[in-house]
Formats: sequence, C-alpha cells, structure tokens
Amino acid sequence: MDRISLSLGSGGKLMREFLRTLILRHLGNPCLDGLADSAHLEIRGRVGFTTDSFVIQPIFFPGGDIGRLAVAGTVNDLVVSGIKPLYLSLSLILEEGFPVSDLKKVLSSVREAAAEAGVMVVTGDTKVVRRGEADGLYINTAGVGQVVAEPGGIEGGDVIILTGSVGDHSVAVMVARREFEFEGEMESDCRPLHGLLPLWQMGVKWMRDITRGGLATILCECAEGGDVPVFVEEARVPLSAPVRAISEILGLDPLYLASEGKAVVIAPRDRAEGIVDFLRSLPAGKSSAVIGRIGGHERKGEVVLKSISGGLRLLEPLTGELLPRIC
Amino acid sequence: MDPLLLREERSVRALLKEVDALLERVDRELRIMEVCGTHTMTAHRSGLGNLLRKKGLRLISGPGCPVCITPDGIVGAAAALVTERPDIVLASFGDMLRVPTPKKHLLHLVPAKGSTVKTIYSPEEVLDIARASPGKQVVFLAVGFETTIPSIAWTVEEAERSGLKNLSFITCLRLVPPPLRAILASGESGLDGFIYPGHVSVIIGSQPYEFIAREFSVPGAVTGFEPVDLLLGILSVLRQIEGGEARVDIAYSRAVRPEGNPAARRVMASACEVTDGEWRGFGAIPASGLRLRNRDLDAFERFSLAYDFSWENMACGCGDVVRGLIEPEQCPLFGNPCTPEQPMGPCMVSVEGSCLIHYKYGDTMWTG
Repeated sequence: MDRISLSLGSGGKLMREFLRTLILRHLGNPCLDGLADSAHLEIRGRVGFTTDSFVIQPIFFPGGDIGRLAVAGTVNDLVVSGIKPLYLSLSLILEEGFPVSDLKKVLSSVREAAAEAGVMVVTGDTKVVRRGEADGLYINTAGVGQVVAEPGGIEGGDVIILTGSVGDHSVAVMVARREFEFEGEMESDCRPLHGLLPLWQMGVKWMRDITRGGLATILCECAEGGDVPVFVEEARVPLSAPVRAISEILGLDPLYLASEGKAVVIAPRDRAEGIVDFLRSLPAGKSSAVIGRIGGHERKGEVVLKSISGGLRLLEPLTGELLPRIC
Repeated sequence: MDPLLLREERSVRALLKEVDALLERVDRELRIMEVCGTHTMTAHRSGLGNLLRKKGLRLISGPGCPVCITPDGIVGAAAALVTERPDIVLASFGDMLRVPTPKKHLLHLVPAKGSTVKTIYSPEEVLDIARASPGKQVVFLAVGFETTIPSIAWTVEEAERSGLKNLSFITCLRLVPPPLRAILASGESGLDGFIYPGHVSVIIGSQPYEFIAREFSVPGAVTGFEPVDLLLGILSVLRQIEGGEARVDIAYSRAVRPEGNPAARRVMASACEVTDGEWRGFGAIPASGLRLRNRDLDAFERFSLAYDFSWENMACGCGDVVRGLIEPEQCPLFGNPCTPEQPMGPCMVSVEGSCLIHYKYGDTMWTG
C-alpha cells in the first residue's frame, strides 16, 4: 500500500493489517498490542486530563512535524497545569490518497517525542475521509497524568520568567510555507516540556505554554485570570536573530508569534534566580530570563509593557489575524 | 546597522533633551504632520506622540497610508467585478481586502460562480497565480505609493513580456507630494512642519518636496522609522523653525539620497503615466496618480468597470482623518461602534491607519 485508501475505513482485514504493520510497528507497547477497545491504566492520586487537535500546514516543517507537535502539545498542556504526563491517545483523520511513507514519518515522530517525554500511547483510532474532505492528516491527542501541583496564588511581587526565546515556531512555519520566499535555516522550537515538571517543586505558582496568540496573549490571560497588574519589559524578552529579522521585515510583533516549546512561569521573587539557573541547564532553556513582575502599576487585570525605547503601553490579547504590512 | 541601537531608551532620552531645549526656545504650540502611516505607528507605539503633545508639539497624521486613501469607488468596482462576473480571481494585499463597506469587505463577499478572492504579500505573486489559472481572469487590485509602485510596474511589464492574457489590474497608484500641496494650499491645517516618509523617499529622493519649503516656507525632514530616526527628523524641523528657515533635510542618510533611486523610477515611468488621481477625503488631485500605459492591462477597460460609490460609508470620518483635519478620536464612530474587530472605515483596518494606531496605542506614554 503506497497511499491511504478509503477501503481502509470499512474496518475489515485491511484495517487490521494497517494497524499491525504501521501503528503497532511504530507505537507498539504492552497496552496497545492487544488492540482492545480501551486501555486499563494505573494512576495514583488525583488525575489530570486534557485534549488537543492538530491541523497544521505544512505537515512537515523544520524542527518537527504534525506528529511531534501532537505529542508535545498535549504533554505541555498537562505539564503547565501541574500534571505529570503518563498516557496519550492518538486519533488520526486521514485524507484518501495520503502517502503511507509520510504517515510512517509522522508515526516515527510520535514515537520519538513520546519516548522523549516519557509517555505511552495506549489507545487510538483511525478514520479515512474522501479526497478533499480533509487536508492530508489531522491528529487528535488526549493525555492523562498524575496531578503533582495545584497552580495558583499569584500575588504582587512575584516575578515572570520566560523559559526561552519566543516566535521560533511561527517563523519556521512561515518560512516552510514559502509564503514570503525567505530562505534559511530556521527551526521550530516544537518540543515536549516534561523537563519543566521539577519547577513545581521549586516554588513555581503558575505556568502556561506559549502557543497561538503568543506571549502577549498569555500575559493578558494571566493578568485577567489572577485579577492582578502585570508589568513586562520588552528589552528583556529573548528573541532569536531570525525571528527578530523576519518580524522587522514583515512588520510583525514577535510578542504575538507562536512558540511550541516555551512557557511563562510565575514564582516568588526569592526563587527566581534558582529557577532561571535550572532552566538554563535545560536544552530548551538556554535563553531563559526574568521578563517582568506582578505589580509595577495600578491597573488590575491589565498588562503594561515597557517598550525598548521607554514607552509604557497596554498590551492587548491578539485580535484578528496577523497580517504583514504592505509598505 | 542593528535597529535596536535606533530604538534604545538611552538614545531616545538623549535626543528628547535636545527636543526639550529647542521647544523651550521656540516657545509656542507646534503642529507637525508625519505624512506616512509607519511614522504614526512609531510615534504612538513608542509613546513619544503623547509625550511630545504634553510638551506642546502635536504630531498630525497625514495622507500616507495607501489603503486609507483609496477611494470607495475603486473598492466598489473590485467588489462588483468579483460578485457579478464568473471565473475572476481578485488578488490584493490583506489590509485592502478587509476594508469595510456598507455591504461586506472583499474577503467576506460571496463571489460569483468560479470566482475567488486571494490575499497576496508581494505584487509578483499575481504572475504565478495567472500562470496557474489559465481558465480564469486574474485581477490585481494594486494600491500603493512610490514605495510599492516600482514592483507593481515591474509586474505589469513582466506580464507584457510573458504575454499573459489573463492578468489585468485595478490600480490606485498615488504620488505622495501632490496631496501635500493640496493640504497647504487649502490653508486649513495650520502646519509648522513635515516629517516626510522614509520608504517613499528612498525612491523619489528629497527633491520632490522642495516646493514645500520654497513656495510655502514650511520646514521638513525625511526620516526613517525607528524612534531615534523620528526624533532626529523632529529635531531637524525644530532647528529650522527656530532659525526661521525652511528646507528639506535628510535625517535618514543611511537609506535616502536627494536624487532617490532613478532605476526604480525608470521602471515606474516605463509602465505608467501621470494622471489626475481620486483620493479619499480629497477628491481629485491634479497629476497625483499613475495609470498603466498599456490600457489593455487595465481591468477598468477590459471589463468596462466604473467607479462604484454604492459601497461608500457616509458616516465614516476617514476622509477628514487622512487630511489631518480631525484626529481619530474626534470621529463620532471612533471606538464605538468602529473598532479593529468591527472596523467601519479603512483607517481602522490598515496597520498604517491612524485610527487603528490611536485605538491600540492611544494611552501609550514615554516614561524612560
């Protein structure tokens, strides 16, 4: 079989062969191998549960693909909620005609990312839709894990830490789409953030991964959710050279660009140094930095940004879509 | 050069000290028009606009956002084309396609059978779209000033050279200096100086603004788009005001020469000829527009189109905003009901539009 065919969906012999030769060969484990309808799992204490769907184009981009993204996205949602990720589900929606070789690559990425994050894919599903009814491949993952911390309790004086440079995922995907004819090496930062779990034992109160909407949107959610004033300094936000350059050229604000392997962390001021040192020892945290604090102004629920040139302005959540300027 | 150097707080602080000293010596309220929307963005995003206003220097936005000055009649003609004729691919820049009309904006219209609306980022993309759509008529709604016109003109010539039969253009190509004359001649805006656009001047140089100093004795300076650039431009205008002089200074010498870029202007002149141009807010301004020399490539000719003003929003104050007659906040629609989510006029749509900029950055204050 070179390409996914519609007859796969009828659930017969072809599907069993598909599961054995493709899914189990890549993702097999004691829990999945029996091909039962549900997985029986061992989890102690309170359980955390999340789900996310992935529809990215292109499916392969520098630094990752939809498979890696589907594992990282769900693992990260758990980690930032104080949950140690344990098990994932994996649902594939395939468009008729999708190359099997591409699916193999995606499944290998799922396996690698899951191994990296220490999680097992324990259940799943595959559906095939007619040509034109989907865009190649969509993936849904759900994840469960053990609750290790209850986030909350942000208060004045706490510091805001960014685990690394922002915008790398957005820019890598833009370059991969060849929307702007930029050439160069730009990799997505797409990665599972299980390495941040120890932070919950280091005094961290609140954590969010930065995805669509970018850093600005997360900071606004933090201010609104905690009904606290948030103050950040643009000059302290780490940016990679390509993100800075492409944002300049296109007139995009990097504070609104997506990342897929970075988080905002809030902790008491006296823990900040230890946390930044720890983050900088991680492969994804080399450029980690304190970028602001809770307080610094009177406007509860709002984010004030001090720009590089010294202006103070309110930071708004992302509205509409990002459009490059035309002149 | 690292743009960060031109943005840093300490450089801004040093220049502001000089601005303060000059303002003290001049000792009166001043109005300086920044012609280009990107300067409006720099001033307000950095918080310098509000700070300077407190010091008695008011920055007034000018007619320098191509989306904002494109008259409704042209948007209407494009809308009529794509909704009434089958097999049209209407392509334009993102902001242009989101300009509101009393009906819907172009991206949300229901096109005729086989027709579509496409967002592009760069003019030459329409060549590939036309080559890839042999059964369709591709129409590029091409708007812009001297910054963008050379690449539009190159695209027109490339379409001719490669004999593309299914590509044509609805143009709103406009020249920056003529509306400045119109503003000064009307005498209604009381301007003490101009900040001339940076990108446009890379192409046309500083000479086309000389008439402003010569005939109207109004000082001005060409400058770039970083906060430091803007302050250098303002300083040069203030020095002229203090000395009772009027010149066209270049405070952006890393990009602009007095004679501009003759090669880019040759491409413009070879594909386009000067004509009277219609502007939102101004009406027709003599010799302020360009039209394609090859009339066969003009979509107005090819499809017998006419300006369609049934798409005009009468309540919208954008026309007065681009002439510098009112500030965005003075428009009765500003903020309610006109917002970036539900824009009522082009100045609330374009990233260079002064309404959008005032809405987003109106509270920003420099405090460094």
